[in-house]
Amino acid sequence: MSASRHQDWDAAASGEVIAAHAGQQGALLPILHALQARFGWIRDEDVPLIAQVLNLSRAEVHGVLTFYHDFRRSPPGRHVLKLCQAEACQARGSRDVTAHAEQKLGVAIGETTADGRVSFEPIYCLGLCASGPAALVDGVPVARLGVEAMDRLLDGALT
Amino acid sequence: MTVRVFVPGDMAAVAVGAGAVVDALRAAAAASGVPIEIVRNGSRGLFGLEPLVEVLTAAGRVGYAAVTAADVPALAASGLFEGKGGHPKFIGDPKALPFFQRQTRLTFARCGVTDPQSLDDYRRHGGYRGLERAVAMTGEAIVDAIKLSGLRGRGGAGFPTGIKWDTVRLTPAAQKYIVCNADEGDSGTFADRMVMEGDPFLLIEGMTIAGVCTGATKGYLYVRSEYPFAVTAMQRAIETARRAGLLGAAVAGSSHAFDIEVRVGAGAYVCGEETALLESLEGKRGQVRAKPPLPAHAGLFGKPTVINNVLSLAAAPFILGEGAQAYRDFGVGRSRGTMPIQLAGDLRNGGLFETPFGVTLGDLIDDIGGGSISGAPIRAVQVGGPLGAYFPPSLFDTPFDYEAFAARGGLIGHGGVVAFNDSVDMAAQARFAMEFCAIESCGKCTPCRIGAVRGVETVDKIVRGEDRSANLTVLEDLCETMKFGSLCALGGFTPYPVMSALTHFPEDFGAPSRAPEAVV
Ligand SMILES: Cc1cc2nc3c(=O)[nH]c(=O)nc-3n(C[C@H](O)[C@H](O)[C@H](O)COP(=O)(O)O)c2cc1C
Ligand code: SF4
Ligand code: FES
Repeated sequence: MSASRHQDWDAAASGEVIAAHAGQQGALLPILHALQARFGWIRDEDVPLIAQVLNLSRAEVHGVLTFYHDFRRSPPGRHVLKLCQAEACQARGSRDVTAHAEQKLGVAIGETTADGRVSFEPIYCLGLCASGPAALVDGVPVARLGVEAMDRLLDGALT
Repeated sequence: MTVRVFVPGDMAAVAVGAGAVVDALRAAAAASGVPIEIVRNGSRGLFGLEPLVEVLTAAGRVGYAAVTAADVPALAASGLFEGKGGHPKFIGDPKALPFFQRQTRLTFARCGVTDPQSLDDYRRHGGYRGLERAVAMTGEAIVDAIKLSGLRGRGGAGFPTGIKWDTVRLTPAAQKYIVCNADEGDSGTFADRMVMEGDPFLLIEGMTIAGVCTGATKGYLYVRSEYPFAVTAMQRAIETARRAGLLGAAVAGSSHAFDIEVRVGAGAYVCGEETALLESLEGKRGQVRAKPPLPAHAGLFGKPTVINNVLSLAAAPFILGEGAQAYRDFGVGRSRGTMPIQLAGDLRNGGLFETPFGVTLGDLIDDIGGGSISGAPIRAVQVGGPLGAYFPPSLFDTPFDYEAFAARGGLIGHGGVVAFNDSVDMAAQARFAMEFCAIESCGKCTPCRIGAVRGVETVDKIVRGEDRSANLTVLEDLCETMKFGSLCALGGFTPYPVMSALTHFPEDFGAPSRAPEAVV
C-alpha cells in the first residue's frame, strides 16, 4: 500500500486504534498491525501508549516491535516493492532481477530511494514459487517478474 | 442461460493477471449480450496454466490456458462462452491432463473445482461428512481413527497426529486450544496457501474435528502476513460457517462448542516453529521455548494445545468421512496416506502434486515436473525448504518418504521440491542458507545466532581461496556445533543445506581458478 493512503498520526487517533484491539488475548501483534495499516509505520510515541493500555513495560513493547521484520519504524517510500529473495525464486532468476532493480533504483535492497519514491525490500517467499520471481508491489502480488517485466514496472506503475 | 465461467482467485493466478482477465471477460460478455457468472475458484495447481479460464458446458468443463486480458476478445469471438475449441489456448477438459490424471487427490479433491466460498458447494462435494461422523463419536474413537490412518504431521517433523491429539484429550483443563500453523515459511511450498484460498471450509472442518476430539473450544489460525488472500478467504469462510451453526456454541447441532480466530504473523520465519508461534500468539517476541513442557501439556497461555500444520488438520475430514483404512491404504512403510508435494523453481510443470508416498525424486523432477522450463539441465534439488538438503541427480532414486530421505541426510519437511539448473552456484546457496539463518534466528542460542554469521564469513573465505582447507574445517566444525548445540531446527538443520552443497558439489567451493577476480 502506498504511503499516501495512510492517515495522519496524532496521539488521539493512535489511542483509538489501540483501544479497538486491546480487549483480545495476546493483543500486541494485532495492535501493531492495525497501527501500521492506519498510519503507515509505528512511531516511537506509540510505544508508551501501547504499554500503558496493555499494562506492559515500554521495553517489552519495544522488544516485540523490533523483533518482527514487518513492522516499520520509519516512513516507507511512496511505493513499496517487496521482491522475493528465497530459494525457489533464486532458481528462477531472482538474483539477476534483484541486481537489475538495485542498479536501476540506485539503492541496495533494504533501502528507500533518496527521492522517497520506492522502498525496495526483501521478502522471503510468497507461496508463488512455481511462478517466480515473485513480488508484492504496493501489496499486490506479481509473478513471472523477469528483468524486462521489472523494467516495465519501474518505468510504469512505480513512477 | 447464464454461462458459468471459472477464473481462479488464487494469489498465484492473480499475480499473473487473473484480475484483468475477469474484467476483460465481463466486458466481452456484455458486448456480445451473453449473461455470465464468474466463479473465483481456487487454482487446480498447475501454475503454468494460469490464468486458467474454464467454461461449464453440457459436456463438462473445458479450459483455456495462460489467458491474458488481450486474448479475451479473440477468445470470445471464437466461441469461448460456448466452450468451443479451435483457439490455440483451448486445452479441453483440464483434469484430463496427465499432470492431474496421475494424482491421488484426497486433501486437494475440491481445490480448483468448487467455489471456495460456497458452503453448499463444499457440502455437495463431500464436505462436512467427517465432522458429522465425529460429533457422533467419542474423543477416543476419533483419536483411534487418526492413529489408524497413520497420519503424521505435515509441517516438517512428521510426528504422529493421533498421539498429539490424544495427549491433549487426556490432559484435564478448563480451557484447551487448537492452533493451526499456517506460517508456511519454507521456500518452495504453497500447499497451505492453496487450501486456505481454494478450500477454506476443509481447514475449518479439520480444526473443528480436532476441537471436538480433544475438548478444545477455541481455535487460532496463525497465518503469515505474506498470504493476504488466505487471511481474507479464511475470515470470510469462518463467518459463513458461524452463520450456518458449524462454528459456535453448538457445532453442527451437537453439544460441542468451537470457534476460530484468525491471527496474522509479522514476517518472522522462526514463528513457524511451534513454540515460537505460541509466543507470538501471546503477543510476545517469537522466541523458541525450551521443551518440556510440551505444548500438548502447557501450550498457548499455558493451556493444553494441539498445534498442527494446515495439511495435517486438512487430512482429518477425509479420514473421518471416508475411513482411516482408506487413507492408510495409500503410502509406503511408516509414511501413510498422500503427500501434497509442491514442485517449484526451474520446472516446466511447477505446481501441486498430491500423491501417495513412495514416488521417487527423479520421477518428480524429470517426469511429472517435466524437467526444467529454462531448457538447461537440472543440477541440484532442494527438498524440504531452507533447512533441507540439496540433492544431486545421482540421488534421484530416493523415494519420497520420511525415512528414506532421512537415510540420505535429508528431510521431506513440508513437501517443497525446488529445482535448480546448471547455472546455480552451490557455494552461493550454502552462503544463503547461513545468511537466512542469521536473519531469522530468534537469538536464543549462541550456536545459531553467532554461528550463522560466522558461517557466512567462512563460506566467503573459502570461495575467495583464503586458507581453503583450514576454513573448510572451520565450516564443518561450525556445522557440527550448530547441529548439536541449537535449541530448534533453524540452527540445528541449517547445516543440512550447507553440508550437502559442500559434499555433493565441492567443485563450486572455490577451486582458485574458477573466479579469478575473486581470488585474494
Ligand atoms: C524454524 C522452523 C520453522 C517451522 N515452520 C513451520 C511452518 O511454517 N509450518 C508448520 O506447519 N510447521 C513449521 N515448523 C514445524 C513446527 O515446529 C511443528 O513441528 C508443526 O507445526 C507441528 O505440526 P504437525 O505435527 O502437524 O506437522 C517449523 C519448525 C522450525 C524449527
Ligand atoms: S536454534 Fe536459532 S532459532 Fe532456534 S532457538 Fe536457537 S537461536 Fe532460536
Ligand atoms: S520462493 Fe519466492 S515465492 Fe516462494
